[in-house]
Amino acid sequence: MGWFKKTTKDSLEEKKVKIPEGLWVKCPSCKEIIYRKEFDKNLKVCPKCNYHFRIGANERIHLTVDGGSFIELCPGLSPVDPLEFEDTMSYEERITSNQEKTRLKDAMSIGIATINKLPVVIAVMDFSFMGGSMGSVVGEKVVRAVEASFETNYPLIIFTSSGGARMQEGIFSLMQMAKVSAAIGRLKEIAVAYISVLTDPTFGGVSASFAMLGDIIIAEPKSLIGFAGARVIQQTIKQQLPEDFQQAEFLLKKGLIDMVVHRREMKMRISNILKMFGFCPLKK
Amino acid sequence: MRNYIDFEKPIEEIERKIDELKQLKGYGDKKVIEEIEVLEKEAKERSRQIIENLTPWQQCLLARHPDRPYTLDYIKAITEEFIELHGDRRFSDDPAIVGGLCRIDGIPAMLIGHQKGRGTKERIQRNFGQPHPEGYRKALRIMKLAERFHIPIVTLIDTPGAFPGVGSEERGQSEAIATNLMEMSLLKTPIVSIVIGEGGSGGALALTVADRLFMLQYSIYSVISPEGCAAILLKNDKPLTQEDFAKAANSLKLTAQHLQNYGITDDIIEEPQGGAHRNVEETARNIKRFILSSFEELHGIDPFVLVEKRYKKLRAIGVFLE
Repeated sequence: MGWFKKTTKDSLEEKKVKIPEGLWVKCPSCKEIIYRKEFDKNLKVCPKCNYHFRIGANERIHLTVDGGSFIELCPGLSPVDPLEFEDTMSYEERITSNQEKTRLKDAMSIGIATINKLPVVIAVMDFSFMGGSMGSVVGEKVVRAVEASFETNYPLIIFTSSGGARMQEGIFSLMQMAKVSAAIGRLKEIAVAYISVLTDPTFGGVSASFAMLGDIIIAEPKSLIGFAGARVIQQTIKQQLPEDFQQAEFLLKKGLIDMVVHRREMKMRISNILKMFGFCPLKK
Repeated sequence: MRNYIDFEKPIEEIERKIDELKQLKGYGDKKVIEEIEVLEKEAKERSRQIIENLTPWQQCLLARHPDRPYTLDYIKAITEEFIELHGDRRFSDDPAIVGGLCRIDGIPAMLIGHQKGRGTKERIQRNFGQPHPEGYRKALRIMKLAERFHIPIVTLIDTPGAFPGVGSEERGQSEAIATNLMEMSLLKTPIVSIVIGEGGSGGALALTVADRLFMLQYSIYSVISPEGCAAILLKNDKPLTQEDFAKAANSLKLTAQHLQNYGITDDIIEEPQGGAHRNVEETARNIKRFILSSFEELHGIDPFVLVEKRYKKLRAIGVFLE
């Protein structure tokens, strides 16, 4: 059957359209080729199928807060290797290479900013740093953001994007789930709103802690959100999964989130909610 | 009949011999009795040797030993009275978590734990100790009940993890776990948690936000199973081997001793020679001692102070540079 295989491979290669670097972007969802300028103007959302591309923390902050209003908190927090974890690469090397690649210290940035003039504490995860996994730094930053909200009475907005707990920090990562949830618990006793915005993907230790504890939970369209990954579930139950399984719209239908909001409308939606809760612009 | 796992095979041989001798017609003979005594000594010595040199992976296997005592075994051995409570009042009753009112040395308490089930039929019925959201919600419901009546809470932890399935996702596994973590941190009544076997990730943590956390000597507590860890790290197509799991178990630092060194646990509860399954009564006595001394320490503390202390302990966990 050797010849048969070969033809298939050849025909596949022929079909592949060569895309010049940078000018065009291919949508991983519908395979549409998008002109980059149009793509950027559309906030990295596919104009054809509405797929929301993953975006980094800095870009997300830029899209969400008023220009120039972001003041980063604890930018220096940086991970260490408490377990001396070894896999194919030492954890220390992994940290260094991810820091060089992303120019971030870890998978979360927090700060104070305004959204349509409303002051907020904002925390944003970055999936490109070790899959947005939560170790001690992410856990600590969530708690510091909560504490900043507690002190200032500014509402807390967290954008999640994470594969789950960071296994390289073992039990310390697991314990961050309890730590951040306990911190949020204290916020629930005062009238400071916590809006959790779930973006693609939000799983495991992040979804089973602060992501699902928002007073209001918003998700971007088609984001995958869940506790266990689809592959693990399929291996466990050995059945076909529903087509829209773990998509934002599926969660909405099941009553697990409040709304699905397009990236373009996110900023306005957040500020509208906050205004109804009585949060006001700062007086000069 | 006893079950033996791989590294217990040397003990199995000796104990088979002992059993055979006991079946002999001449059992009453002095010689036979003497021989049995020699063999029993040998079995003890062997099990001591085995247990002293356990690798982290072997400790995982011991923590999952099919004869290892489960929550209901301890309830039987520790409590004078147990009244089981059922259901989350929303969807169903999850048999993977049991809980109810009990008396320990006369003291009323709310005891909750994962339950794995013994034998194929019960294992399936209890979903191998892997809870669905309704299990966590039941646990929270009865913990809040305990809070209202100032009854201390004891949780026994033994699960491979929260169940990964369609139903559990549809009903909000993440939300159920997250809510337990948050609510337990606020409960104004003492909470004592003991890892008795497998502390499997978020599914274990969701019952483990406590004022006192203990682990049985050969139990484990980890962010991910060694199998899951190996599967993620070694993304090749080759089937994973015991060696891969052993490597992952080494890296994860998941034994009771590691967690004690990291200051995550308050103490380690000693197990009998050869592990908890070799002497359930002795293990239960040790557990009971720790529960009662914790009750004594935590009794009478102002509930607000108690919650504050519980939070401070959690707040301090984490290692990073600033």
